[in-house]
Amino acid sequence: MENLLQTKGRIFDIQRYSIHDGPGIRTIVFLKGCVLRCKWCCNPESQEYAIQTMMVDGKSKTIGRDITVEEVMETVEKDRGYYRRSGGGLTLSGGESLCQPEFAKALLQVAKSKGINTAMESMGCAAYEVIDSILPYLDTYLMDIKHTNPDKHKAFTGKSNELMLENARRIAASGKTRLVIRVPVIPTFNDTPEEIAAIAQFADKLPGVEKIHLLPYHRLGQDKYDGLGREYQMKDILPPENEHMEMLKKVVENTSSLTCQIGG
Amino acid sequence: MKKYNSSRIPKTERITRLVEHLYAKMPEIESARAVLVTESYRQTEGEPLIIRRAKAFTHILKNIPIIIREDELIVGSSTIAPRGCQTFPEFSYEWLEQEFETVETREADPFCISDRAKVEIKEANQYWKGKTTSELALCYMAPETLKAMEHNIFTPGNYFYNGVGHITVQYDKVLAIGYEGIIAEARAELSKCHVGDADYATKSRFLEAVIMSCEAVITYANRYADLAEEMAGKCSDATRKAELLQIAANCRRVPAKGATGFYEACQSFWFVQQLIQMESSGHSISPGRFDQYMYPYYKKDMDEGKITREQAQELIDCIWVKLNDLNKCRDAESAKGFAGYSLFQNLIVGGQNEYGQDVTNDLSFMCIEASFHVFLPMPSLSIRVWNGSPHDLLIRAAELTRTGIGLPAYYNDEVIIPSLMSRGLTLEEARCYDIIGCVEPQIAGKTMGWHDAAFYNMCRPLELVFSSGMDCGEQLGPKTKPVEQMTSFEEFCDAYKEQMEYFIALLVNADNAIDQAHAERMPLPYLASMVDDCLKRGKTCEQGGCVYNFTGPQGFGIANVADSLYAIKKLVFEEKKVSMADLKKALMFNYGQEVSPIIVAQVAGGVAREMTAKGMQPNADVVARASQEIIRQSVTAEDKRKFEQILEMIDELPKFGNDIEEVDLLARETAYYYTKPLLKYRNPRGGQYQAGLYPVSANVPMGAQTGATPDGRLAGKPIADGVSPSAGKDVNGPTAAANSVSMLDHGIASNGTLYNQKFHPSALSGEAGLENFVNLIRSYFDRKGSHVQFNVVSRDTLLDAQKHPENYKHLVVRVAGYSALFTTLSKSLQDDIIRRTEQGF
Repeated sequence: MENLLQTKGRIFDIQRYSIHDGPGIRTIVFLKGCVLRCKWCCNPESQEYAIQTMMVDGKSKTIGRDITVEEVMETVEKDRGYYRRSGGGLTLSGGESLCQPEFAKALLQVAKSKGINTAMESMGCAAYEVIDSILPYLDTYLMDIKHTNPDKHKAFTGKSNELMLENARRIAASGKTRLVIRVPVIPTFNDTPEEIAAIAQFADKLPGVEKIHLLPYHRLGQDKYDGLGREYQMKDILPPENEHMEMLKKVVENTSSLTCQIGG
Repeated sequence: MKKYNSSRIPKTERITRLVEHLYAKMPEIESARAVLVTESYRQTEGEPLIIRRAKAFTHILKNIPIIIREDELIVGSSTIAPRGCQTFPEFSYEWLEQEFETVETREADPFCISDRAKVEIKEANQYWKGKTTSELALCYMAPETLKAMEHNIFTPGNYFYNGVGHITVQYDKVLAIGYEGIIAEARAELSKCHVGDADYATKSRFLEAVIMSCEAVITYANRYADLAEEMAGKCSDATRKAELLQIAANCRRVPAKGATGFYEACQSFWFVQQLIQMESSGHSISPGRFDQYMYPYYKKDMDEGKITREQAQELIDCIWVKLNDLNKCRDAESAKGFAGYSLFQNLIVGGQNEYGQDVTNDLSFMCIEASFHVFLPMPSLSIRVWNGSPHDLLIRAAELTRTGIGLPAYYNDEVIIPSLMSRGLTLEEARCYDIIGCVEPQIAGKTMGWHDAAFYNMCRPLELVFSSGMDCGEQLGPKTKPVEQMTSFEEFCDAYKEQMEYFIALLVNADNAIDQAHAERMPLPYLASMVDDCLKRGKTCEQGGCVYNFTGPQGFGIANVADSLYAIKKLVFEEKKVSMADLKKALMFNYGQEVSPIIVAQVAGGVAREMTAKGMQPNADVVARASQEIIRQSVTAEDKRKFEQILEMIDELPKFGNDIEEVDLLARETAYYYTKPLLKYRNPRGGQYQAGLYPVSANVPMGAQTGATPDGRLAGKPIADGVSPSAGKDVNGPTAAANSVSMLDHGIASNGTLYNQKFHPSALSGEAGLENFVNLIRSYFDRKGSHVQFNVVSRDTLLDAQKHPENYKHLVVRVAGYSALFTTLSKSLQDDIIRRTEQGF
């Protein structure tokens, strides 16, 4: 246990009272570093593993800090009462938590051992053995599936999707965690009824999967690109209309047996 | 089987029309009451005061103009104009005459007034010189108390200028036996009085006054019955005619007799509620546990098939409209402190009975429904929360919160019940508590809580530590050790404690003086007819007739003082980054920021004092010029740089409201500086002092009178409200802020604590949003928070409402222990609400 508590990792934020990423009231720990480079990413400061500086409201801010599991848990523990009342707990997000597998696993294992519910938001972009070693400590896996077409996936995220889709099948087959599929709905990328239906049908075949979340694209991360001195490539893209999201929800419901919700 | 029916009920068109009619015009001041009370007093000179009070009340109720408004089902209006107000010259009158010309255009709570009313009120007022409660109270105050008030350390303004109010009477008793029953009780008590008793004179007169007052109320109800019959006779619309005849029948029966059904109970309730506010100008007449005492009448009618839920709902909605029809004009300063035309009529649903069982019923849900339908600030709807509260009640409450109306406020049985027991209530009584006004818990029908006794600005004694008690050139507080000579943080805290305790004693003196004045000049026999143990003791509430007697003055500024103490501890004593002399100067000159009027007043006071000491006559012009010169020369460019550095260092320190134990524990101690010393004091009614920690809206005007503080707050800016963190300083989200707030000892502040959270609407969206919101409240209450209330309006909406008030006439927001129409608030209070940290996520 002591070893686990002293495991170090790199995070860029801890957010309390998160109510959109897993059940109940949760504390999200954002791990730094990602394998993908999604064009719409709303946390561009999460992508690099290296500690960076970003301009925020005209001030230079250091993004990223190294921290032990024990230190993270001190903050996570503070809201234990809220988890108990709401069925909430700890959620790992990123970046891609699987880029720091030892740290992610240690965090989840310690939380679990203390009776705190665990969740992880992840694309599942890692060797399955890595994922499999984490699953015993994970109550809910919030897995992103962004597209079923490998080429389009590669064009918009920098990587093809075969590994992730295969991992999704294997995670579902393992039965070790509650798997929830989440789809960021990005205009020009995956917001047609056909594309959403393809994802829904894929998810529907995964054993045990009951829910799919459609997360509408938003531009709240745009200023961060400026702050990092990067160009935002989706400037001209507008968030999908509510009616469009409702229509896509119907598409999911008509083409699969999954329950669908808009937003996390 | 479920104990209640919680299904939604639609709103009727009648309610829409009633609300529209109510808000068609600016409220108006009427003169009838002032004229009538004065006429009566002129006729009764020399008689026992209690009899004079009863005769005046009778004279008013017999002669004041009455009206039944279009569409009304529940009748009884104190003014002809909707939302109008009467005046109460017997409490105070001078301010109104002085403000005749500005009352229509002032920023907070304007009223219009006709020329005729001005003349009549002026004529009546002439009688009252030297006879008011406020004048008598003034005579009873010590000179140092008056000085402290003049220097804005605290203000007891509420009861100094107005009636006391702040009570929940025995509505249940009036509903059950009517005033004829109460008269019979008084007669029985009277028959027990023996002419040889020591208190025969006072007790027998008191009981006669009670009987006379109850009879006056019966007469008043009969006037309404007559009017309704007369209107029915002229009415061509068959439906309305039938309604009017029903109204007439109701008013013939109640409140003279006990109510036989729900409709009569509603009408009877309303006369009680309205007429308490005709006898005295005291506000916070709180209906309390309406869902409990009305339930037997509802249940009986439902069981007998005499009423439908829809009909019952419409009657409740009508009462909600009537609660907004009552109004009160306060002096301009008080209007700022109580902004939003609020009468603080607090009505609470849910909670336990005397045996500790949950008693949520149909009416609990229907009361929430009524607030959805009427969507106005009154009543101040509250909800009792405990481990046994039904989840669906809390979810329905959260749905109302989500609308942004700022209602209901949530109260924690698990803190309040033991807290009241620590003040002498029995377990059974404490379990039946309700809330008065903003946040003040007590047991109904037995308590004179004197709840809103004063506002005490905890930041001002902190300022006085830096000046060793000197304020604007006068030695106001104790001459504590000069801060530059202090060698430890403990020494600083001791000096603060000394300043605090000195002014707390003066606050008690002010409150007791006012208490005495009300006992002597304004005993209220009608009110006494509905509160135990007045009839048996032969005394009114003001004279100590109640079973429980308290005085509850409010302290506020905990977050500012705690953050200030932390800054001093860290920067001056531990890290030694800032010298006390530099900090003192930075505060004196507002951190080198704009020269506020507060700085000018302080410097000018010093100059005048020096001139006097040298035997010179201080002349205003000379003082002003000398002060300007001093201020100009005092702050060098070097100073300014230093001040900015200090401000930056302060800015980087942890603040209260972020779940940081060291700061939060200091806040806990800070609150004790106010709550503990008060406990040792007693009031003239034999009751104890108990602290409240809430500001109503006084944190804004009293902040305007306060210089810069060591937490980085600039001179004149608002002070933190209630037990909430300073606006914008709680940046770790709602759970962290709630954890910090729950670190305070809420139980010792048995007069109530107030915690404001502001949410962006998105945080409550969907069913999950509501669930999480309710669980947030439950968890905060697990940690022994006592009260929480919410503003759920986006910042953008509020900013737009400031720009285009015409589009937001009905935007209701939570101010302090009450909600108000946003556009009726002053600009500075609006800004303060906008600044409260928004918890989005």
